[in-house]
Amino acid sequence: MKDLSLRRKEPPPATRKGQAQRNIFQKLAAVPHTVWTVMFIAAPMLFVLYFAFTDAEGNFSFANITNLGQYTNVFILSIAFALIATAVCLVIGYPLAYFMSRQSLRAQKVLMVLIMLPMWCNLLIRTYALMALLDNGGLLNSLLGKLGLEPLPIVGSYFGVILGMVYDFLPYMVLPIFTAMTKLDYRYIEASHDLGCNNLQTMTKVVMPLTLSGVVSGVTMVFVPSISTFYISQKLGAGKIDLVGDTIERLFQNVSTYNVGAAMSLVMMILILISLTIMNKFSDEEGGMVP
Amino acid sequence: MKFLSKCYIGLIFFLLYIPIAVLIVFSFNESGSLAEFSGFSFMWYKELFHDEEAFSALRNSLVLAVSSAAIATVLGTFGALGLHRMKRRYIKKPIMTLTNIPMMNPDIVTGVSMMLLFVAVATFLGTRELFGFGTLLIAHVTFNLPYVILSVMPRFQQLDKSLSEAAQDLGCTPSEAFFKVELPEIVPGIVSGLMMSFTLSLDDFVISHFVSSPNFQTLPLYVYNQTAHNVKFSMYALSALIVAVILVILLVVNFAGSAADRKGKKGGRV
Amino acid sequence: MEKETLISLRGVSKAFDGETILDNISLDIHDKEFVTLLGPSGCGKTTTLRIIGGFETADSGEVFFDGKEISQVPPYRRLVNTVFQKYALFPHLNVYENVAFGLRLKKTPEEEIKQKVQEMLAMVNLKGFERRRVTTLSGGQQQRVAIARALINHPRVLLLDEPLGALDLKLRKDMQTELKKIQRATGITFIYVTHDQEEALSMSDVVVVMSGGHIQQIGSPVDIYNEPVNAFVADFIGESNIVDGFMLADRKVRFSGHTFECLDEGFAKNEPVDVVIRPEDVDIVPADKGMLNGVVSSVTFKGDYYEIIVDVQGFKWMLETSDYAAPDTTIGLFIEPEAIHVMKKSEFSGQFGDYSSFSDELEHLSDPEEEEEE
Repeated sequence: MKDLSLRRKEPPPATRKGQAQRNIFQKLAAVPHTVWTVMFIAAPMLFVLYFAFTDAEGNFSFANITNLGQYTNVFILSIAFALIATAVCLVIGYPLAYFMSRQSLRAQKVLMVLIMLPMWCNLLIRTYALMALLDNGGLLNSLLGKLGLEPLPIVGSYFGVILGMVYDFLPYMVLPIFTAMTKLDYRYIEASHDLGCNNLQTMTKVVMPLTLSGVVSGVTMVFVPSISTFYISQKLGAGKIDLVGDTIERLFQNVSTYNVGAAMSLVMMILILISLTIMNKFSDEEGGMVP
Repeated sequence: MKFLSKCYIGLIFFLLYIPIAVLIVFSFNESGSLAEFSGFSFMWYKELFHDEEAFSALRNSLVLAVSSAAIATVLGTFGALGLHRMKRRYIKKPIMTLTNIPMMNPDIVTGVSMMLLFVAVATFLGTRELFGFGTLLIAHVTFNLPYVILSVMPRFQQLDKSLSEAAQDLGCTPSEAFFKVELPEIVPGIVSGLMMSFTLSLDDFVISHFVSSPNFQTLPLYVYNQTAHNVKFSMYALSALIVAVILVILLVVNFAGSAADRKGKKGGRV
Repeated sequence: MEKETLISLRGVSKAFDGETILDNISLDIHDKEFVTLLGPSGCGKTTTLRIIGGFETADSGEVFFDGKEISQVPPYRRLVNTVFQKYALFPHLNVYENVAFGLRLKKTPEEEIKQKVQEMLAMVNLKGFERRRVTTLSGGQQQRVAIARALINHPRVLLLDEPLGALDLKLRKDMQTELKKIQRATGITFIYVTHDQEEALSMSDVVVVMSGGHIQQIGSPVDIYNEPVNAFVADFIGESNIVDGFMLADRKVRFSGHTFECLDEGFAKNEPVDVVIRPEDVDIVPADKGMLNGVVSSVTFKGDYYEIIVDVQGFKWMLETSDYAAPDTTIGLFIEPEAIHVMKKSEFSGQFGDYSSFSDELEHLSDPEEEEEE
């Protein structure tokens, strides 16, 4: 009689065993990745800690941390610059993202490409382009000269560096907010109007709370590179303005100052961690008000 | 209101693009001046194309980007699979946190930390020749990994268990079911992880800056060194070329993608 | 019709994380029958289906297919195909390739595949949809693709796991008819899982009522409806008034303070029993002319009948009748002997069949939309 219970003629494989082997394989699949992250993410972080808390001879020491006092001004300047740049990006970028999301789908697509193009261009190129425009011998100042106006000494000023940060990182603010805006269901806005909100109230009571997640990632994506940059301050600060990034970069050019450099990196990491935690907490509470 | 919002968008994009436009225009300027456009010329491009160093930097960048993206994609895809199947949260959570560190940290800290590791290893081995392609490759794979995991992991999570069961019901062995049904669902995630790794690697300057050596330069490192002190017009030409290449890629990706979508909607065997 | 047993489960038990889902189930399924596993969420019906399909292995007990033990046979080697709860169509393949999937694995020649896929698509009314992506189809269309994809392999048995759960009412009704038609035309055994009693009664040859990992009753839809074995089945299948009573003698049962003629025999003298009376089997007569008297507490117009809740000595009865009775009036109830069904007391006694807290809306709210068993 024909064996109807079996569809294929091949000998029955030990399926349960095969299944078990597959499961083991799948569990082991994460092993190379885990080993890699331990060796090249965890270990380097431990080395930062080790260098930060030892002197040049390898003895345990707090000196690197306490010596950071001399860089207080650098830290204050960096934090202030990063905060200002982030705030300016938010003030410019939020309405931009909102207006972009109100355009036709076709226009949105084009605008998306236009906002992503600078993001994909190397930061060095963008900074260099901005410097070429604003430099003393650049196009802007030569045009001003032709109009009989005084040249603007933007490059080399605080303003120049902040402008550089805003220019370089604005797309990083706009893109996540824009994404959050496009995901926003238009019915929420209609419901808000229906319930008696005017345009401004709809904006503050509905649109803003619902796009807060985009703002949080935008702020993170602007603040972190701003506080740690060194190329922008080198170019647009004309080497006259020292930020945390510049200092760390310089300290790591000489073996004898690795320890201070590690300490400084550590402190900057902690500063960023604290600010991000505060911001997330703040946004969670805000978000909690929206059911 | 509608008009004003359009003006605002126009103004911001104008400001965003004016430096890039000026850079492109002046890369064709025959005189070495940024103040005045005196005449059209390809001379800076000619200078660039005669620059052996630029070409070797480009080659290095491509080799590094391809190899680091490939390694990161393989490691990350298997990593995502393993992490997805992992039941124990107290193991999974720390690994995930660790993986994401390079994404959260400022690049300079990632660069510096890897540099310290390599310095320590070099000291331990008593060699000075450690820095170069090897260290760059390790660093690039490391900062690419979280992005691969980020794009592959959700694919595993969204995978419908009943798809594999349906395939087995129709006669697939479990491994046939994986290759015929589950893999096609995951592949888009792998591809986007690969693409992202490739571009991140091409684009990286800060981390490379700390783990490279003078005898192995990538394109961003080359640009950095060339622009460190004086203005070089061949760098304008190079930048203009890079902007053009990126523009073309972006247009192709965005608009070819939508063309394929439209075709897909009309039907057609896949 | 000769009945050949195709699948049998013998003492099958299954537990997940220490929680018993199936407790010693035994069940015979005959060839060419439309069998429905019916029960509320978590009763074990989906697990039973998955054990037959090979996606779960029973902790104990045996599964026979055509006389052979198949507990350890993997799903891809069973002559059984499944229509999954949410269809599980392969999103990367179009309609044609989804349907052709099983044949391609068997290395069927391309010509034959083409012909068979066309036949199948014609059978499920999806001609011309070959090149469509499955993600662009409506729920009903996806459903049809899933059926075609399974049936093209000529399985001996088709398993259907709540296949109509995601469809709206109108479409459900159409698909019920269509599924029954397909089953008759192909002569394939269907094992169908649902929590919808109406669906079960209208489609099946055999209904298996399950609850709490046990089979409560197996029988034809008419048997299940007319002769429920316990209060659970009586309540789950249709509306029932279930009253405490005791048997005075064969064909004599006393409840609600009155002695009734009935057709049931074989109980012990004075044995306490559950008495089932279907709402449509109670006639309204003028007060004191019937066997029982009650006060009308509510009347709802249902279109082709009135649903009347009557308070009889504190117990609320449900009546479905074409006669109108005004609220707060006293009416008489008349019950024919054949309308009375007597059941032995069971673990379910006293839990069902009283309409004192009945509300239409609540009934609908508690009706589970979808079944999640695992």
